[in-house]
Amino acid sequence: MCCLSKEKIARITVDADTLRSEIRDKSVKVLDIRKEEDYKQGHVPGAINFPLSSLLSDDSPEKTLQYAQSFGIDDETYVVVYDDTFGALASRVAWALQYIGHEEVSLLDITYRSWKNLGLETSLESPSLEKKTHSLKLQPQILATADYLMPAKEKGAILMDNRERLNFLEHHIPGAINIPYRMLASPQNILRSKDELRRLLQNRNISHNSEVVTYCGSVGTLSGLGYYALKSIGIQNVKLYVRSFKEWESLEKPIEKQKDANYWDLSAE
Amino acid sequence: MSKTSLSQSRPDNLPKPKIQWGRLEEAEKFAEMVKLFRQGKISRDDLRRFRLQHGAYGSRMTDDYSMIRVKIPAGEVYPEQIEKMAELSESFSIGSAHVSTRQNFQLHWVALEDVSEVMRGLAEIGLTSREACGNSVRNVMCSPLAGVCPDEIFDPTPYALSTAKFLLRNSMNQSLPRKFKINYTCCEKHGMARIVDVGIIPQRTEINGKLQNGFKIFLGGGLGAQSFVGHQLEEFTQEEDLLYTIIAVIRVYDRLGNRENMARNRMRYLVNELGWEKFQNIVLKERTMVRLTQSVVIKLDLDKTPEVLRKISISSELPSPPQGLSRWLKTNTMKQKQQGYSAAFITLESGDITASQLRAVADMAREFSAEGRIRNGFAQDIVFRWVRNEDLPRLYAQLLEVGLANPGALTMASVVGCSGTTSCNLALTNSHRLAKEVQRKFLELKLDEDDDLKDSTIKISGCPNSCGQHEIATIGFYGGGGRLGKDMYPLYTMSLGGRADGNSMLGLMTTKVPTKRVIPTILKIIEIFKSEKRSGEVLDSWINRVIEGNGGPKIKSINDIKELLKPVVAPPTIEQDPDFYVDYGNDGSYHAKTGRGECAA
Repeated sequence: MCCLSKEKIARITVDADTLRSEIRDKSVKVLDIRKEEDYKQGHVPGAINFPLSSLLSDDSPEKTLQYAQSFGIDDETYVVVYDDTFGALASRVAWALQYIGHEEVSLLDITYRSWKNLGLETSLESPSLEKKTHSLKLQPQILATADYLMPAKEKGAILMDNRERLNFLEHHIPGAINIPYRMLASPQNILRSKDELRRLLQNRNISHNSEVVTYCGSVGTLSGLGYYALKSIGIQNVKLYVRSFKEWESLEKPIEKQKDANYWDLSAE
Repeated sequence: MSKTSLSQSRPDNLPKPKIQWGRLEEAEKFAEMVKLFRQGKISRDDLRRFRLQHGAYGSRMTDDYSMIRVKIPAGEVYPEQIEKMAELSESFSIGSAHVSTRQNFQLHWVALEDVSEVMRGLAEIGLTSREACGNSVRNVMCSPLAGVCPDEIFDPTPYALSTAKFLLRNSMNQSLPRKFKINYTCCEKHGMARIVDVGIIPQRTEINGKLQNGFKIFLGGGLGAQSFVGHQLEEFTQEEDLLYTIIAVIRVYDRLGNRENMARNRMRYLVNELGWEKFQNIVLKERTMVRLTQSVVIKLDLDKTPEVLRKISISSELPSPPQGLSRWLKTNTMKQKQQGYSAAFITLESGDITASQLRAVADMAREFSAEGRIRNGFAQDIVFRWVRNEDLPRLYAQLLEVGLANPGALTMASVVGCSGTTSCNLALTNSHRLAKEVQRKFLELKLDEDDDLKDSTIKISGCPNSCGQHEIATIGFYGGGGRLGKDMYPLYTMSLGGRADGNSMLGLMTTKVPTKRVIPTILKIIEIFKSEKRSGEVLDSWINRVIEGNGGPKIKSINDIKELLKPVVAPPTIEQDPDFYVDYGNDGSYHAKTGRGECAA
């Protein structure tokens, strides 16, 4: 790991205190990825509501670009995203922005619930929006498609499934490893400390020069978090298989499962 | 700017774990060993031995996943430890943890590469999985009622904890012929002193006009393919001889136990082969040697600091008694010997509990228990002790909110089921799910409220080994496979009349019962009992009477019960009833499939 700007690695997540001072300086656009009704009951001051469903209803780069511009995000704007779903929804939006070529985007390192529990300031006001222009520079190197996976795997790429363990045992893409999204978080933060993440991933034989493709159940949220966990410790060659297992299954591609065991019956859910 | 803190304020008089069982360096070593194994530098067998010594079993059909058994000496768990179990189960396991019949917590389906992370988390809050599997002294158990049981002579908990402390990582205990189990109990009724290698019950006797504390010690009991009830070593074992006795027994077993034949290497077989008197003599002689040859005086490190109980103040009034309260009070709580306090039992389906339920249990232990912690029980359950009687309704209301208020914890409805085909390599049937199904049926029929059934038990194992402890159940089952023509179906062998109290006896193998006929069979037995019972008689005493051949005019002996069950257990053809041929939790037809067992490795 030599040739990377350290600053960019550090900017994967941002802590509450830094964000607060940046909000005061008006040097940041904050996106709140929760549902509209939750947003209306209070949010981080100045945050713009961008429910994940809005993005998912049409996640083409052109539409994402339109949203960004309507929020007043230009190529230089520093964006911070947060949610109340352990950072997974925020990750998906951050990734969508990076895919259209927006570089300056970070995840708030705690959820909105934690923000509130800490007694930090919240607001009921929606900010007024001023449209800006953003260029479209697609970043295909962070996207994986169904056709990409198997050839990449044969060349040594690691497929990382970020769903919960029982879902993974039930069915997964052949040869994938399972790192449930919960494994990436600490009790306080949406991602563990870099030291911990490095150790966890080294145990799994994932190193800085590995190529990793993350995927999850359907829309790339849990695996979005997986994507940023890897990025946060400086792994460069990471891709998100954004259509994930749902597409894989619908394409009737081969599927692997842990056979001859009734693991579901161990769950107390 | 200062980093904002997320920690929440909590009552400051909460007890903290007193003993640090875990060691961080063992987690690091484990990670290193897994790497060496993956690099092909150590063999699968070498890793297996190491892994088991550190509490990680292989999982069903794969050793890429482990079941991690977390030792809970004497069953005592503190709130921060419970919360850590919740966190670890979400991060590395299936989001649920499992309470075992030996008071352990178990995490299933943990990736082999993550086991070291779980061990690290355990060490952070004082727990360990070391010597929870393998050929070592397993978790030292103690009755969950010890210290509060109305019938106990004194509290054995400090002895259980100090025994565990003395033996953990002790070199005498690292490579025994096979596993070794020690149980302490408060009284004859609440423990399992006679079905383990060493079972210990507090006693008091007068010696030279002075009352002295000591123990009744039972040796050589155990459940398995062949089960035995333990023998009492001597009339009274003095307190200062307790540790010498334990050391002597382990040494004798280490020296004479069978290391060749995996099927006969538990200590109970040694006792059986030598004969009790001979074994007893050897142990007593060995104890004299131990006493004479210790270079320094070794003693159990007993912590008998009197318990400081916290003042509990729960002020808010309940608006109205929640529904089901009286049923729950009747079937889940027991009055303690200390006036004004009760122990409340939480029954878990087959011992499973979700991460969020664990967090709720931690909070409730803080809020309701004057000792500020819980004990894992002997029946895959959890016990809150030192709850003020007047707080029980509010505790129940909180349990209801998190789905932990099932009634029947202290009744026949609290069914034990081992992990079976959900994770175990040896299992032939899904005993885990079957136990849940039986429990649900019992609660649906409100059989937990039937006083005739109160002291009876149902326990289910998924194979002839006895993790589900079927031999000591009033109605016990172990899994197998049956065949009609060319079609296989899952079935159980049913035993009747087992018990683990002062009159311990092993259940009598009675008949084979197909899996999908287990519930009708149990209900049929209850129906027969109801028509046969004498006034005031309960199910387990009726079954014992029938086993002894003293039944009534209609049901004289077990054979008569068998006869009445014949139509219930007769297999239909696969065309008549395809579901009969499918085990619980499966959608395809049944095949008996097992992997290599690791208990003896």
